[in-house]
Amino acid sequence: MNPFSTHAPRSLRGVIWMAMAVVVAAGGLAVASLLPEGNPLHASAFVVSLAGKYLSYAMLALAVDLVWGFAGILTLGHAAFFALGGYAMGMYLMREIGARGVYGNADLPDFMIFLSWKNLPWYWWGSEHFAWAAVLVVAVPGLLAGVFGWLAFRSRVSGVYLSIITQALTYALMLAFFQNGLGFGGNNGLTDFKDILGADLHAPLTRAVLLLVTGLLLAASLLAARFVVGSRFGNLLVAVRDAESRTRFLGYRPEQAKLLVWVFSAMIAGLGGALYVTQVGIINPGEFAPANSIESVIWVAVGGRGTLCGAVLGAILVNLGKTLFTAWLPEFWLYGLGLLFIGTTLFLPNGLMGLWRHARKAPPEEVTPEVADTQGDEA
Amino acid sequence: MHRVRTACLLAVLWLGAMVLPGHGARADAFADLASPQLAAVTAAISTLATSDDPQAGAALLALGERSLFAAPDGNVYIRHGESVVEARTGQPVASVPEGLKPIRLNNRIRTALAGAQAGRELLAPQPATRLRAADALYARHDPAMLPVVEHALAVEKDATVRTRLTEVRAATILGQPPAPDALAPRLEAVRALAAAGGPEARGILAALAQSDAEAPALRHEAQAAVSRIDWHLRAWGVAQNAFYGLSYGSVLLLAATGLAITFGVMGVINMAHGEMMMIGAYVTWMVQQAIRATVPALEPVVILVAIPVAFVVCGALGIVIERGLIRFLYGRPLETLLATWGLSLILQQAVRSIFGPTNIAVQTPGWLSGSVAVGGMDITLNRLAILVFAGLVLGGLMLVLRRTPLGLQMRAVTQNRRMAALMGIRTPRVDALAFGLGAGLAGLAGVAVSQIDNVSPNLGQSYIIDSFMVVVFGGVGNLWGTLAAALALGMGGKVLEPTIGAVSAKIAILVLVILYIQRHPRGMFPVRGRGVES
Repeated sequence: MNPFSTHAPRSLRGVIWMAMAVVVAAGGLAVASLLPEGNPLHASAFVVSLAGKYLSYAMLALAVDLVWGFAGILTLGHAAFFALGGYAMGMYLMREIGARGVYGNADLPDFMIFLSWKNLPWYWWGSEHFAWAAVLVVAVPGLLAGVFGWLAFRSRVSGVYLSIITQALTYALMLAFFQNGLGFGGNNGLTDFKDILGADLHAPLTRAVLLLVTGLLLAASLLAARFVVGSRFGNLLVAVRDAESRTRFLGYRPEQAKLLVWVFSAMIAGLGGALYVTQVGIINPGEFAPANSIESVIWVAVGGRGTLCGAVLGAILVNLGKTLFTAWLPEFWLYGLGLLFIGTTLFLPNGLMGLWRHARKAPPEEVTPEVADTQGDEA
Repeated sequence: MHRVRTACLLAVLWLGAMVLPGHGARADAFADLASPQLAAVTAAISTLATSDDPQAGAALLALGERSLFAAPDGNVYIRHGESVVEARTGQPVASVPEGLKPIRLNNRIRTALAGAQAGRELLAPQPATRLRAADALYARHDPAMLPVVEHALAVEKDATVRTRLTEVRAATILGQPPAPDALAPRLEAVRALAAAGGPEARGILAALAQSDAEAPALRHEAQAAVSRIDWHLRAWGVAQNAFYGLSYGSVLLLAATGLAITFGVMGVINMAHGEMMMIGAYVTWMVQQAIRATVPALEPVVILVAIPVAFVVCGALGIVIERGLIRFLYGRPLETLLATWGLSLILQQAVRSIFGPTNIAVQTPGWLSGSVAVGGMDITLNRLAILVFAGLVLGGLMLVLRRTPLGLQMRAVTQNRRMAALMGIRTPRVDALAFGLGAGLAGLAGVAVSQIDNVSPNLGQSYIIDSFMVVVFGGVGNLWGTLAAALALGMGGKVLEPTIGAVSAKIAILVLVILYIQRHPRGMFPVRGRGVES
């Protein structure tokens, strides 16, 4: 049984509104951060970086929603793509430090000198160029997703099995990145960044611009995702989600559709990770922790699975809640998060967006009737 | 320098030879403890070590404790607080002599004392003590102790200790510098060590094989012995790794059986399964605290009490979870995954609030600690016990599934839920009991894990991914598959570990399983049948 409406993705207006709201909010905060300190509308550096973090997470949520909400793939490993994008950006930021590191070596990052490495590993090639980093940010997650997805979808690994191996994938990556020998800074990850494109990362103007860029890229991703799910291809995805075997019998190739959306989604996640690193200032293997991926799923569930706006909204609200909760009642955040998982699955199968539609007396389209073969597709 | 040392050695040997049967030299040995010359002191220590004079032990002990004093007249005294006794006779002295000076210790004297201690213990009445002393001497193979060892060998009756002492003598002989006329006993010693085997013998023999001072025949013999020992060590190393793999595999098996039951019967992925294990471990701890507080005499059997308690507590909790949460989510396996994940966060935080975030110590009972040496292998008893326990649990589970009405109903529901319901099986009840059984099994796994791992609120998290891999790798709903997968993953990791390291081995295993699932999406032993989904 699938309780999710197939109608939601078609509401282009909602997505445009959401994209505009994101850009306006990000722009407003950016301007507010540039106001003088005494001004009542002034936004502190903390608030700006927090907002940047939320918007980056919203991109991850959007990516998760694309595959879970529209193609029915519950991913428990999307944080891996997010973290890989983050590492790709982190490499560039690391090289930007140049000779200003503790050891003053213009070519090698500090941690490599600490481990007495003599040369940069080959995969750091070109990391001093922003353009190359920008390519890697989407290419690396895309490539990994491509290989993984090609293997998995071709052999029809689906449902819970797919969820579990995506979790194993991110767990394996976490273990690997914790090792010093991999050349990504081990435990500490990449940090102590100073500039981006020659601009001081700690300057208010740079931070404001980064926030604005994040808002714009999130809005662009939203519109791109809307374009994808609103197209004929999007219809195919929803068909695959609801009745994969039937779609196959009709002559479509579900695995190709899934692979395409999977890679696209990994790229959005990677982009989100890259933006996250510029604003948070650190990337370490903890970002690969399986719990992070599962949390990103709950953002989508809270906002409303299968609604692009819901994913963005859910990510922002849950993270806002986390920030407030951990400041006020740090003991209770895990209870809150746990209850959120349980409550959402039990009482809010359509998330906040479903609640909103219900309040507007516009009940979602009638639920797809249960058909014999969906049981097999979901289990 | 070298000559001095040889002289000392000879002196030691001569003294040793002198004192064994006689008494004459002993008087001097006591006085020599106060000698300013190190060589004389160590010689005196060796002499006293082999004597059967009851005062010798007390004197040596006092020397080690810095309560041995020398008087200007050359006599030595033992002082404990106010009382002073003469070391030689053990008689209290009427008046404390003037100018008592403590006899100082340095490293050489300490070493000699330790050897002497072992030497004395070689004559102890208990064979276990003698064996331990022989082990200590074997590790040191100090040439000065040769007379002691030979004396002990002459009087030893116990076969095990004799064998060990023969090895000790061989090692001690080889510890002496080579002499042209001593080739035959040395060759014999090499053979004895080769027969003994083990890393220590290998070390001695390898040093001989490379020493230029040795005769070619001896070096050749030693070289051959080293390669033979190496081969043995490698073989035992493989066996040791296999045991580790087997024991880790049995932990995985315990962790995964419950998961396999719930997933197999109900199609529910229980992400809180690891937390059920954690609760089982905490129950073990609570049982231990309770027994300590009420009937301390029962402490050795804490584990045996904890096993049923953990099963019942976790099983009951499982039934509550099923009735309160899972049953609303049937047919939506991905949602159960999220809801049970939320539950696992709550359980973790609850345990953290109640018991604190740090590790708690669950004591391993005496009869489960320690290890048994089997050839060159070290079998730790707690891991062996877990292996046996996992076997028993699996066997018990098989019996439940095959021989009880509940098992029959569970298998029916697994194969075709709708048909089973039509035949009058109350599937909700079966679901609740199956979930309870799965949770109870997790509790048992928790009891087992508490014996080998840290018990903390994060315990479940460290097993959950591995358990999932086992279930998925083995094929859902198939206990034999779960068994095969658990052992394969456990052994695979341990076999890879020596070559590529622990973390890389774990990564490699994860990647291999991921790749395997691509080829066989339903695991090693997929369930086949009419009721199974496509």
